[in-house]
Amino acid sequence: MTDWVILLQNLANGVLMGGVYALVGVGLTLVFGVMRTINFAHGDFVVLGMYAAVLFNALLGFDPYLSLVIAVPVGFLTGMLVERLVLARIVDAPPESALLATLGISLIIGNAILLTVGGEPRSVQVAYASTTISIGGVHVSMVLLVAGAATVAAIAGLYALLHRTEIGRAIRATAENRLGAELVGIDTRAIHAIVFGLGTMLAVVAGVTLIPLLFATPTNMGAVFTLKAFVVTVLGGLGSVGAAIAGGIVLGVVEVLGASYLASEYREAYGLAAFLLILLFRPEGLFGRTVKRV
Amino acid sequence: MTADPILSVEDVVLGYGSLEVVSGVSLAVGRAELVGLVGGNGSGKSTILRAVSGMITPWRGRIVFDGEPMTAARPHQMARRGLAHVPMGRQLFPNLTVRENLLLGAWLPAARAARDAALARVEALFPELARRAGARAGTLSGGQQQMVAIARALMLGPKLMIMDEPSLGLSPLLVKEVMAAIRRVAETGMPILLVEQNVKQVLAVSHRTYVLENGRLVLDGPSQELAGHPMIRKAYLGL
Ligand SMILES: Nc1ncnc2c1ncn2[C@@H]1O[C@H](COP(=O)(O)OP(=O)(O)OP(=O)(O)O)[C@@H](O)[C@H]1O
Ligand SMILES: [Mg+2]
Repeated sequence: MTDWVILLQNLANGVLMGGVYALVGVGLTLVFGVMRTINFAHGDFVVLGMYAAVLFNALLGFDPYLSLVIAVPVGFLTGMLVERLVLARIVDAPPESALLATLGISLIIGNAILLTVGGEPRSVQVAYASTTISIGGVHVSMVLLVAGAATVAAIAGLYALLHRTEIGRAIRATAENRLGAELVGIDTRAIHAIVFGLGTMLAVVAGVTLIPLLFATPTNMGAVFTLKAFVVTVLGGLGSVGAAIAGGIVLGVVEVLGASYLASEYREAYGLAAFLLILLFRPEGLFGRTVKRV
Repeated sequence: MTADPILSVEDVVLGYGSLEVVSGVSLAVGRAELVGLVGGNGSGKSTILRAVSGMITPWRGRIVFDGEPMTAARPHQMARRGLAHVPMGRQLFPNLTVRENLLLGAWLPAARAARDAALARVEALFPELARRAGARAGTLSGGQQQMVAIARALMLGPKLMIMDEPSLGLSPLLVKEVMAAIRRVAETGMPILLVEQNVKQVLAVSHRTYVLENGRLVLDGPSQELAGHPMIRKAYLGL
């Protein structure tokens, strides 16, 4: 293989992996954009999605993507419930309260999985695990391609919801000006519940998408994904779907290129280094304008 | 005063924390009346409007809207009952287009059913907004943004509009334009409670006016009469 082909291959892998990172980040961005809360449990909902896929596979023999049929509505309802039962009660409290509450939820999810499923790493073998597709000498794994396609579908769906539907317009209005939204008759508390439901659902979808690629573990992994989501959103510029996509792809490409041309054991560190560099030179993010857009 | 007002505020006491800022105010707005509420900085005008639209709850007294007393309503519920609040600082959706801002004004099911007709009516009243339909609301001039705020409130098809200092921060020319727009809306039979510091303008456009000082009403009557009242001339018109 020539150097060029290797580079292209790495770029393809990086972009596809970055797509999944974007999916992890976009839910965090949505919740932040509307609720002004950084959801520290976001990564744990991703892990929950991974375990959901493991469970459906073990019990029912489902392909991970088939388990979305159940995981998507359950994820949405779980998020709504968490917002109603926990976050809604502290909307008027100082912002730290919501941070601490989501941190608490994060600990509860991680430890609940540890208690019920146990600590050993779990994954799902898909039939097409070792299939690769070759395009002009560049080999891309089928699993990554499917993950990429799922990501595109999920993000396009979110974009369509936000920009092509009445409820999407109400969500964007609530993000822009909560008082203004309330005065035109939008029940902004209901919007908060819906948005947290959507954010949780997106995290779960990202988890299901990741399970053929990664092993799930209960406790630390959630924090890692929350950090990645945070890096993705800040890399792109906090608060917009497009920026999260860009941030995800930057993170994916940096990680893959770093791992393949430098030392592969520092994969995660390259992403964080890029994060710090970008913050240093462009504190508003690569594509950031204001904090206000969703 | 009218027999069957759309809004009546009855001996209302309001405050924040332990600070009382409105001490027993009563006022009413008739079903086709443009009523002014004026007073100096911090006299409690915005506080009264906040109570009417459910952002805060009166300590004492009651507020009756469209024949029914208000009970711990939230703003979106008051909107559902037909109250449109054009708030201080306009509270637009700046990154959404002018058109989207207007469409959101008709978010509620009853309003949405009549949305196209309302849009046509509102854009006839404010032709400039039809021309700028695709622009992001935040890029408009202050005067145009105020028009968007009023137009957005009209899209609800409200039974009453309450407006908090629509002339704030506008040049004298734009103040005139906004006041003319408010008058046009009032002439369609829409009842309006207009809060302003610009007393001269309010007296010129409104039917009746209440004067608030330190949380108490000190004067009220037909605006034409008040315009000649010695106290008004001295304290507010600088004559
Ligand atoms: N959220 C709040 N918390 C505490 N005090 C408040 C709050 N809002 C207003 N106040 C106080 O209540 C009093 C009345 O305020 P309000 O905003 O109703 O006055 P206003 O007549 O609208 O004045 P302006 O013409 O400056 O808008 C003021 O003394 C103000 O400092
Ligand atoms: Mg005020």
